[in-house]
Amino acid sequence: MGSTAKATKSSNDSIIQIIEMHKWYGQFHVLKNINLAVKRKERIVVCGPSGSGKSTMIRCINRLEEHQQGQIIVDGIELTDDLKNIDAIRREVGMVFQHFNLFPHLTVLENCTLGPIWVRQTPKKEAEEIAMNYLARVKIPEQAQKFPGQLSGGQQQRVAIARSLCMNPKIMLFDEPTSALDPEMIKEVLDVMIELAGTGMTMLVVTHEMGFAKTVADRVIFMDGGEIIEQNEPHAFFGNPQNDRTKLFLSQILAH
Amino acid sequence: MDDTATATQKYPPGKHPSLPPPGLSTGALLWIKENLFGSVTNAVLTVLAAWLLWVTIPPLLQWAFLDAAFTGESRKDCQAQSPGACWAFIQNRFELFVYGFYPAAERWRPNLAAVLLIVALLPVLWDNVPHRARLLFFTCAYPFIAGWLLIGGLGLKPVTTDQFGGFLLTLVIGVTGISFSLPIGVLLALGRQSKMPVLRTLSIAFIEFIRGVPLITLLFVASAMLSYFLPPGTDFNLLVRVLIMVTLFASGYMAEVVRGGLQAIPKGQYEAAQSMGLGYWKMMRLVVLPQALKISIPGIVNTFISLYKDTTLVIIIGLLDPLGIGKASLADAKWQGLSTEVYIFVAVFFFISCFGMSRYALYLERKLDTGYRR
Repeated sequence: MGSTAKATKSSNDSIIQIIEMHKWYGQFHVLKNINLAVKRKERIVVCGPSGSGKSTMIRCINRLEEHQQGQIIVDGIELTDDLKNIDAIRREVGMVFQHFNLFPHLTVLENCTLGPIWVRQTPKKEAEEIAMNYLARVKIPEQAQKFPGQLSGGQQQRVAIARSLCMNPKIMLFDEPTSALDPEMIKEVLDVMIELAGTGMTMLVVTHEMGFAKTVADRVIFMDGGEIIEQNEPHAFFGNPQNDRTKLFLSQILAH
Repeated sequence: MDDTATATQKYPPGKHPSLPPPGLSTGALLWIKENLFGSVTNAVLTVLAAWLLWVTIPPLLQWAFLDAAFTGESRKDCQAQSPGACWAFIQNRFELFVYGFYPAAERWRPNLAAVLLIVALLPVLWDNVPHRARLLFFTCAYPFIAGWLLIGGLGLKPVTTDQFGGFLLTLVIGVTGISFSLPIGVLLALGRQSKMPVLRTLSIAFIEFIRGVPLITLLFVASAMLSYFLPPGTDFNLLVRVLIMVTLFASGYMAEVVRGGLQAIPKGQYEAAQSMGLGYWKMMRLVVLPQALKISIPGIVNTFISLYKDTTLVIIIGLLDPLGIGKASLADAKWQGLSTEVYIFVAVFFFISCFGMSRYALYLERKLDTGYRR
C-alpha cells in the first residue's frame, strides 16, 4: 500500500514508469538498465534489430515476461509477484500480438466479448453492443459471426485490436502487429492504428513500419543489445540520429 | 467438344474465366475401372477380397439367420428344428443377460434409470436440445437419481448390488467410469503441468502408478486387499470399490490424452488470455481446455471405449457382467455347447455401443471444426 502511494506520487503524469529494470533469460542478460517514462496519451514507437529486446521490454509491462531487477509501475500500481496487482494491470493494458492470437474456437464476436463478460462482469448484451461498436470502428462488423479461421490475416489483426479495445484499456501495447501480414494487408491494420492514435490512446508500438513512426509517434525509441540506445521525437530521430548504431540501423532499413 | 476447345482458347490478360478441370467425367463403370481394376495388383486384390467375402459371408448369414432356431426350451429343441444358430438360448436367458439377478418385480427401476439416462445425455451430446440449461441441471442430479432407483431405500425396496448383473452392470460401471474419468483426467493433466512442485509430483506419481499396473491387479486389490486397510467392521460395497478402481484407472490414461491436447495449444493462446486479465481457471475453462479437448477427442473416445470393454474384466472377481452370465448359463446341462451364440450376442452388444461412441465422436469433431489450421 505504502509503495503504491509513493509510486503514484513519483509518477507525476506518467502512466508507465520503468526504473532501472533488468531482465535475464537464464544467464543471458536480455534487458539492461531500462529507464522509460510514458506520459498519458503518448504514442511511442520502439524499433531496433531483432533480438534487441524490444518485444521483451513491452511484454514486461503486462507481465507476460518477468523482470528480475528494478521497478515497473503502471497506472500507479507496481508490478510484483502479487497476482492481484498483475490482474489489475492486465485489465487496463491491452495487447496486440504479431500472430493475432485470436481464439479459434470462438466467433469474432465471442472473441471480443470474452474479456468484458468474464473479467469486467459486463452483462452479455451490453458487451455485445460494445463489441459491435468496436468491430465497426475497425471496419469489419459484418464478420462478427464468423470464426477467425475464415478471415484474412489483416482482418484477424483488426479483430485482435477490437478485442483489446473492448476491455476499454488505458494503454495499448502492439508487438510487431504487421510483421506476419502480407504486404497488401499492412495498410488496413496501420489505418486502424492511426485512427486509434487520433483518439488519444496511450500506445507503445514495436514495429518496423518507419512510415507509421514518422506520422504517428510522439517519440521513437531505438534499442539494441538490450539497451535503449537513443530516443527522440521522430523528426529529429530520423533526420539527425546521434548514435552510430542508430545511424547504421536507419541506413539499413531506409536504404530501399 | 465446346469445353475442350475453350481450354486452349486465347483470352486477353485478366479476362481468363474459371473453367472446369478436364477429364472429370463420372460413371459407375468408370469408377470401378479406376478404383478396383486400376492396376494388376489392384485387380488381383479386388478378386481376392471378393472371393474372401463370398466364402465367409453367405455361410455366416445362413448359420445366423436362415438356418437359425429362435424358439425352444433346450438345445435339443433347436437341433430338431434346424442345423444353424440356436438363438432360443439367448431368448430364454434374455432377462438374465440384461438385469442379472435384479428382482423381477423391481425391474421397472433399471428400465426407468435407462430412460432417464437418455434424457440426461441429450443436453450433453447435442447443444440445440430445447430447454438445454434446465436439462443440464437434471444431468447433474442424474447420478443420485439413478443410484436411488437402482439401490433403493427412501421408499423403494432395497436391492443389494450383488444382485446387479448383465448389461445393467456393464452400463453402471461404464457410465460411471466414463463420466468421472474425464474430469479427473483433466485435473490430473493440469496438475502434471502445474508450476507447484508438490502438485506436479503427486500427479505424475499417480498417473505413472496407474499406467504401470494392470487393471486386473487393481480389481483384485479392490476385491481382496482393500478390506485389510479399512477399519474392521466397515462394509465397503464391492461394486463401489470396483467403480472407484475402474474410474481411477481410466483417469490415468485420460490425463495423458488430455496432456497431449494441452501441449498442442500454442503459447500465444495463453498469452492472449492472460493479457486480457483472465485468471488461471477462467483461462483454462474458456480458452485452453475447449481447444485442447477438441484436439483430444479421438484419444478421449479411445479411452472411453477401452474402459467400456474393460468392464468385462470384473468377471474375475466374481461380478456377473454379460460374459459372466453367459458362462454361468452355459453350465446349464440343457444348453451346453452354445458358447458361439453367447459370445456373438455379447460381442454384438458391445460393438453397437462402441461403434455408437465412435460415430458420435466423428460427428462432434466435424461440428467443432471452425476451419482453423495452424
